[in-house]
Amino acid sequence: MSDDLIKTIFGRLTLESFPIHEPILVGTFIMVAIGGAAVLGALTYFKLWGYLWKEWFTSVDHKKIGIMYIVLALVMFLRGFADALMMRAQQAVAFNGSDGFLPAHHYDQVFTAHGVIMMFFVAMPFVTGLMNYVVPLQIGARDVSFPFLNNFSFWMTVSGAVTVMMSLFVGEFARTGWLAMAPLSGLDYSPDVGVDYYIWALQIAGVGTLLSGVNLLATIIKMRAPGMSLMQMPIFTWSALVTNVLIVAAFPVLTAVLAMLSLDRYVGTNFFTNTGGGNPMMYVNMIWIWGHPEVYILILPAFGVFSEVVSTFSGKRLFGYTSMVYALIVICILSYLVWLHHFFTMGSGASVNSFFGITTMIISIPTGAKIFNWLFTMYRGRIRFELPMMWAVAFMLTFVVGGMTGVMLAVPPADFQFHNSLFLIAHFHNVIIGGVLFGMFAGVNYWWPKAFGFKLDKFWGTISFWCWVVGFWVAFTPLYVLGLMGVTRRLRAFEDPSLQIWFVIAAIGALIIAAGIGAMLMQFYVSIRDREKLRDFTGDPWNGRTLEWATSSPPPAYNFAFSPVVHDLDAWHDMKSKKAERPTTGFRAIHMPKNTGAGVILAGLSTVFGVAMIWYIWWLAAVAFVALIATAIGHTFNYDRDFHIPAEDVVNSEDARTRALQQAGV
Amino acid sequence: MTRRLAPRHATRPAPGRTPFVRHLAAAAALAVLGGCNTVVMRPAGDVAVQESNLIVWSVVLMLLIIVPVMALVVVFAWRYRATNTEASYEPDWDHSTGLELVIWAGPLLIVIALGALTWVGTHTLDPYRPLARTAPGKPVAANVKPLEVQVVSLDWKWLFIYPEQGVATVNELVVPVDRPVKFTMTSSSVMNALWVPAMAGMIYTMPGMETVLHGVLNRTGKFEGRSGNYSGAGFSHMTFWTHSVTPARFDQWVAGVKRNRWQLDNATYLKLARPSEKVRPIGFGTIDPALFKRVVAMCTKPGTSCMENMSHAGPAVNDRPQRTDEPEGALTRDPSQKGESPHSTAPQGKAPGATDPGAGNRDMTMLDIPALRRVNASKEA
Repeated sequence: MSDDLIKTIFGRLTLESFPIHEPILVGTFIMVAIGGAAVLGALTYFKLWGYLWKEWFTSVDHKKIGIMYIVLALVMFLRGFADALMMRAQQAVAFNGSDGFLPAHHYDQVFTAHGVIMMFFVAMPFVTGLMNYVVPLQIGARDVSFPFLNNFSFWMTVSGAVTVMMSLFVGEFARTGWLAMAPLSGLDYSPDVGVDYYIWALQIAGVGTLLSGVNLLATIIKMRAPGMSLMQMPIFTWSALVTNVLIVAAFPVLTAVLAMLSLDRYVGTNFFTNTGGGNPMMYVNMIWIWGHPEVYILILPAFGVFSEVVSTFSGKRLFGYTSMVYALIVICILSYLVWLHHFFTMGSGASVNSFFGITTMIISIPTGAKIFNWLFTMYRGRIRFELPMMWAVAFMLTFVVGGMTGVMLAVPPADFQFHNSLFLIAHFHNVIIGGVLFGMFAGVNYWWPKAFGFKLDKFWGTISFWCWVVGFWVAFTPLYVLGLMGVTRRLRAFEDPSLQIWFVIAAIGALIIAAGIGAMLMQFYVSIRDREKLRDFTGDPWNGRTLEWATSSPPPAYNFAFSPVVHDLDAWHDMKSKKAERPTTGFRAIHMPKNTGAGVILAGLSTVFGVAMIWYIWWLAAVAFVALIATAIGHTFNYDRDFHIPAEDVVNSEDARTRALQQAGV
Repeated sequence: MTRRLAPRHATRPAPGRTPFVRHLAAAAALAVLGGCNTVVMRPAGDVAVQESNLIVWSVVLMLLIIVPVMALVVVFAWRYRATNTEASYEPDWDHSTGLELVIWAGPLLIVIALGALTWVGTHTLDPYRPLARTAPGKPVAANVKPLEVQVVSLDWKWLFIYPEQGVATVNELVVPVDRPVKFTMTSSSVMNALWVPAMAGMIYTMPGMETVLHGVLNRTGKFEGRSGNYSGAGFSHMTFWTHSVTPARFDQWVAGVKRNRWQLDNATYLKLARPSEKVRPIGFGTIDPALFKRVVAMCTKPGTSCMENMSHAGPAVNDRPQRTDEPEGALTRDPSQKGESPHSTAPQGKAPGATDPGAGNRDMTMLDIPALRRVNASKEA
């Protein structure tokens, strides 16, 4: 076969593209292959394929999609954490002339992948999953506004994750850092597939994120239970609303900037190149115009979780609900006015730098107000230290330190010394682990009984909690110190031997966190094993205050047999205190959306399209794209989209709920 | 400053007895220990000293709020635990206008103070602003001109050109003590940042653009410098020593470098600009005075024209024409031009990055300048 023909068929994919000479990757691949074969074999052996396909993959039920999002986040978290361990190990040993065990081309991919995965495929699916699960329940809705879109969004996120994972074994990932700054990410300096993997993984997943933002926005605006005014929405729903406003406004910027970067790479335009009228500074500006709101997209849902948790476990109304809402809105607006603080060092004038420094500091006012509000929610409460509340207290103590170092970074002259140093790394892990991740863990422990009908084991949960909190401080305090010692990020080897002890301490911290992760997996295992012992029949194990606790655990597919009517903030607490009777008769058939496989198929075709574009296999890209459009159009002709849950089924499940409540003695 | 501040922070009595507090106290103590050799907090130059003072003051201002908050979290968590039935319980108390005012006004006042500090500090410490003083109480006399240093970040080394002295060095910066230094900076390929933490904070170096940084060193000695912005495979070793020497030693050093017969002309620059790492210091006895301008205008390559500033003022506007050897967009290439993307561990794989042979291959990290004799600048210094 002629060379041209091979190139036309396979693009730039050759046998040499597979990392068969890289022992670490070969080992990983063998483990993944064995593990994957075991899982697939088990699924086949226990005949679970049909169940998974019918009940989960094609499901348009927001609860199942929410759970799948969180499963995706946890799986990707293990990958991202493995990258973190490799970095900590590399930095702990690469001293005294040693190059460590990772060569530059590998190490640089590891830190890029760590950032990309943790942000886009751990934190994002985690918050989206939690919002997906909780928001419709909290507002008394039966599902989101666009159930099919929800399924499609989820699978697009999976498609992005699959693309990133594929780069591990086919070709390479980007070696540019997690934001792929131009001109380093341009064709001139990164001509190989790495940056293309980055672009297509993010573009495909970005479609999912944006659509899920639109979906949740519409859901919150249009589908609240009768009587629930905006100012009577649970505070988690409020943070979800603000978060999704941010998503809908910010993610198109990311899509645009990546589209321009891909035009530079695929069509030869000059948006961000050094010559031909391009300007790499534009890339930095634009990516941070998305990037700064993005950090609030992650943290605001966590704030929402803490608001719910602190109020519930203090047995009190949330202090300062109105000011909490305004704080959220102020943060939402201000988050668009601070992006330049990520690059004070670019050489803008002093007035520009001061402006962005001061707007950044102003954000700390509403954030501080939120912390105070949680504090005064605890004041004169009856605080039960269940796991979610433990995470909340750990969050408050950890997050204020991260907030403080954040404001330190916002002073431009100070930032000239902190920029890109390990101090910065310590800061943003301080707020992302101490804020977002602790929030997600609080949320998982809090809503798990709702999702599965039994509580999580407290013993292993407590071990995991302490490992995480202690491990976090042991891992990141040294990074603060190293930053002050003048060490920058993304370094692979060091000359100054006095730094080593700090990196060793940080590595020990990472191992303690690893123990925390192990304990968390153990917690899941033990809880599932002992589920009958941990069973909750009431549907309201924490004496909750919001509507999701009004229905059974797990909730029926239709969530609520009748739409609840809301009279007050903390609607469920209100119903309980007024001793509202749960309706036990008069059930009618419930109109519900039907499952569909279109989301899986469309996302699968997107993956093929993305991979074909990455490897320059134009014919396959064209075929996949045409198929994608055809399937999407074809799906619009599918009129068989809904069904009714028959009244007798509703009666059956509501009667079961009545019996469970009697058994629980409520 | 740090020392005075630190014990206050560390010995703050733990407001509760939960392990949290003990742990945090331990973390704070650890940070204080680290304070002993932290160059950012104990620098050698006036600019960096002022920057570290700003850091300290911002921390002090914020601790005014953060310490009480952390204490209250612990106190409330302990006092209002469910088992303590002594404590009062008001399940419906959810508003207090007075408290709300304090909650919003307290941080606001701190931010106003911090904002004022920021505004003033950012303007006085603007890296573009010529130094007004070299140390507290030592204003710069009107007739003192700063030492001019032109900086080019190359793949993966630093080029320092001294236009007045007519010499240049690679990976070694020598400055006279107590004399203001003005760095005019650019980059040959991707972005980097010049960072000598003992002297002043960092500013990016960017291809086709010129940035400025002013600094001074008040002590003689040897200080670490490095790139503060990731720039590719050889980034980790993009380090250099900064020597602060007496004016007499500086002149001696310049004379020493001048004796070196190697000339930094356009052709040598192009060789030098090829990717290489762990480059030991090199000295050039003579320089092409217009070289830096050409680097900024990105017209060092034969056949490129320096069409800078044709239509707009200022170097930030990129009105350079497209290069003739610029890689073609992937979609418009012939199949044979698609290239391959072998894994970089593949032994026979052509390492990627070869679209521009002049700029060199960024995966190859050998310095292939055979004939450059290095002058041991550190010995001269």
